Amino acid sequence: MDFGLSKTEELFLQMIREFAEKEVKPLAAEVDEDERFPLETVEKMAKIGLMGIPIPAKYGGVGGTNQMYGMAVEELSRVCGTTGVILSAHTSLCCAPILESGTEEQKMKYLPKLASGEWIGAFGLTEPNAGTDAAMQQTTAVLDGGDHYIINGSKIFITNAIYAHVYVIFAMTDKSLGNKGITAFIIEKGTPGFSIGKKEKKMGIRGSATTELIFEDCRVPKENMLGQIGKGFGIAMKTLDGGRIGIAAQALGIAQGAMDETIRYTKERKQFGRSISQFQNTQFQLAELETKVQAARMLVRSASYKKDNGIPYSVDAAMAKLFGAETAMEVTTKAVQLHGGYGYTREYPVERMMRDAKITEIYEGTSEVQKMVIAAKLLK
Amino acid sequence: MDISQYKDIYVFVEQRDGAVQSVGLELLGKARELADRVGEKVVALILGKGISDKAQELIAAGADKVLVVDNEYLKSYLTEPYTQAVSQIILEQKPAILLLGATIIGRDLAPRLSARTNTGLTADCTQLEIGESGELLMTRPAFGGNLMATILCKNHRPQMSTVRPGVMQRIAPDVSRKGEIVNYNVNFDKAKINRVRIVEEVKECKCVADISESKILVAGGRGVGNAEGFNKLRALAQTLGGEIAASRAMVDAGIIEHCSQVGQTGKTVRPELYIACGISGAIQHLAGMEESEYIIAINRDKYAPIFSVADIGIVGDVHKIVPLLNEKIKNIKKF
Amino acid sequence: MNIIVCIKQVPDTTEVKINPQTGTLIREGVPSIMNPDDKGGLEFALQLKDKFNAHVTVITMGLPQADAILREALAMGVDRAILLTDRKLGGADTLATSNAIAGALRTLEYDLVVAGRQAIDGDTAQVGPQIAEHLDIPQVSYLEDIDFDGNKTFTLRKQTDDGYQVLQMDAPCLVTVLASAVKPRYMNMRGIVEAYQREVEVWGADRIDVAEDKIGKAGSPTSVMKAFPKSLKPAGATFEVSAEEAVDIIVEKLKERHII
Repeated sequence: MDFGLSKTEELFLQMIREFAEKEVKPLAAEVDEDERFPLETVEKMAKIGLMGIPIPAKYGGVGGTNQMYGMAVEELSRVCGTTGVILSAHTSLCCAPILESGTEEQKMKYLPKLASGEWIGAFGLTEPNAGTDAAMQQTTAVLDGGDHYIINGSKIFITNAIYAHVYVIFAMTDKSLGNKGITAFIIEKGTPGFSIGKKEKKMGIRGSATTELIFEDCRVPKENMLGQIGKGFGIAMKTLDGGRIGIAAQALGIAQGAMDETIRYTKERKQFGRSISQFQNTQFQLAELETKVQAARMLVRSASYKKDNGIPYSVDAAMAKLFGAETAMEVTTKAVQLHGGYGYTREYPVERMMRDAKITEIYEGTSEVQKMVIAAKLLK
Repeated sequence: MDISQYKDIYVFVEQRDGAVQSVGLELLGKARELADRVGEKVVALILGKGISDKAQELIAAGADKVLVVDNEYLKSYLTEPYTQAVSQIILEQKPAILLLGATIIGRDLAPRLSARTNTGLTADCTQLEIGESGELLMTRPAFGGNLMATILCKNHRPQMSTVRPGVMQRIAPDVSRKGEIVNYNVNFDKAKINRVRIVEEVKECKCVADISESKILVAGGRGVGNAEGFNKLRALAQTLGGEIAASRAMVDAGIIEHCSQVGQTGKTVRPELYIACGISGAIQHLAGMEESEYIIAINRDKYAPIFSVADIGIVGDVHKIVPLLNEKIKNIKKF
Repeated sequence: MNIIVCIKQVPDTTEVKINPQTGTLIREGVPSIMNPDDKGGLEFALQLKDKFNAHVTVITMGLPQADAILREALAMGVDRAILLTDRKLGGADTLATSNAIAGALRTLEYDLVVAGRQAIDGDTAQVGPQIAEHLDIPQVSYLEDIDFDGNKTFTLRKQTDDGYQVLQMDAPCLVTVLASAVKPRYMNMRGIVEAYQREVEVWGADRIDVAEDKIGKAGSPTSVMKAFPKSLKPAGATFEVSAEEAVDIIVEKLKERHII
């Protein structure tokens, strides 16, 4: 692979950095403090095409690469973890499965509005009793007559839920078949029997509007089945492979943001008559952290490169997410430490970054799940 | 071009609403000094409508001769009629040097003149000298004020230069000076003039004082933060009998009016006392204030470049120091 | 309506630092950017494109690497990009630069020429008005706002030294724009993806309509005699003390200088 960026990617980076700095960063503290979904930012992102980066032009997207998409999530997360995950969930978890598994009609119906950002996307797999063990789905979909499914059950921890228009969700069409009885559906906002449940109060990424989805005799037209009957588990796993690149990029961005803040702070802050950046402890820590951040970036870039070039990437995505999330947690924790007492206050963004970082070790497959994926490949 | 035919130092003296702008008088002061070196005359140009009475003021400020162009077309500044008038004078009178203020008017007019008369132009000069063979050495900041460059205009005349307000010093007016006043007749090309028409003119600067005339300036930058922070500076300026000024960051943020901006894209100031509060000292800012007689800098960042030009530097919080300082000076002034 | 926007690639002078020991520039790592006033001008042009379906061309004169700002302009939405680059154009002062660009514009159709007020590396504000003079078209500099009647007349708001003027000007004409007047749009994603697939026309000196003695070093009436770092006066003492002590120090100095 090419370790450098293409000219197009460099041009993109110039734009996304300026956008993040000027449009996203000024809102980050408020979005966190008020647990507010930054809808105005999503509108701005939509206007310049950020909501449809890897979607082909024929479906109304921009026909960009997954590499660019990852860079977008990274740069947004560098200043605001919430904004990063909004884009990631929309793109990786909703647009991608429709693009990869949808029929031509479904693609033409949903992707142009998703890619333009007119609609926001969400994804519902997790249930109270089906987290890592996704096969334990309790939500059911039962054929009613010949042309509708009746869905019953609930999903939890759904990013973007309140503001989304389109949801890719999973339900058991045949419980006796286990994994092979899971089917994916596309649910539109406003479908009778479909409602939004309680909003979670979270530690971090507090603006991302995470809620429950409730299905009570929700009638969904058969055409909304995504992929074939019983193939939902495969679609979920494939979607999460791609999603992990997004979350790895989010983690990387949070880590980079904490580095930026810490480098600035340690140069300004004086103790014992010197800026604390002049102490070897600070220097060695910064050097180690920067090395890890750069290594995490290489893993994200490598996984994106493989996805863009049709090379199997699921282990790469797992590694990128595992290492990225752990790096984000380590960097933000040490960033708070290097900030001392101030770092523990909301005056400095590293406090928020540390809270935001934690989720990257948990969602879209915990770090333990990533290790299972990696080990399974090793020992196969 | 036979450059030996060109002589004398011409100054375009800007007037607005009949008021001679101080930069014109400053340029006359400089032109006087240069003309005396080479034994030539200082000629002032003043254009406008109903401005003939200003000529004497220009003689007192150092001009040997004043060319007055008084015409309806010149009432308010517009590029084309002013270019026509001055370029006709250049072509007929053949000045060796033409100086203009680097105001918005000067920076609009001068390049148009240089192109029409096919000569060189050097913008925003901070230093003008006469070289060994009588040529004008024009020194200006380059590369965002990081470097100085001395520019020559060897084979074209006039040698044209714009100079920022506040950079040169006027001479004490001498009302007993004698000089020649000429009403100059210009043939205007009306068709060209009519291509641009004034719809409305608005004077909106709310600034009470011209900061470049102020002896004491209390200036604020990013470190001051907001309008509330600026009120602390304003109080101190009031106590000291000075004015407030600002770096570009504060003007861009809409906290302070543009006319109070010091620096490359604002004004050049040289007060007796300049207190820089929360200004890091970008080179563009320093370019506008480093000639101040005494500079006090207050900034949280010990490594801020402002300290490199300060006479005393205080590493600390402006929000604490400025109010304390204001109280202390108030108390002293009571006695 | 045809609009031509003249843009320049400049070092980001806000990123330039001085070596305090030698007083020389540290140019290393200074990014090259589209000149901010020019970008403001480009935004106005694109707004006229949005409103009146104007065709927008950008042109820059510079080294081959100035291609980067043309790609940026393409990604922002311009229709055509021209890079004027030739060794014969090198060493030009503002007059020779304006002659070369005017020479290029003579071969193009335009109703409106847009330039930035000034470039941050030279700060001269000369090239725009000089181009207008060479083309014998009227100008309005220091532009803050622009509107068009859909026929041939622009209504413009121009900054003046003490306020502003509202002016009307007929096409063809030239404006120079202030960066502070308008917020430039971001490059859009599709524009970015296509920017390097589209054509940037590369023009040499032989492609433009101007006499050879008017361009490059030969066409430059001015020349740099010398360049030198600014003389820095020695820095005064810096104190890191409590606010109370700081105030005492300042008051002492103000008394010494008879300011209070």
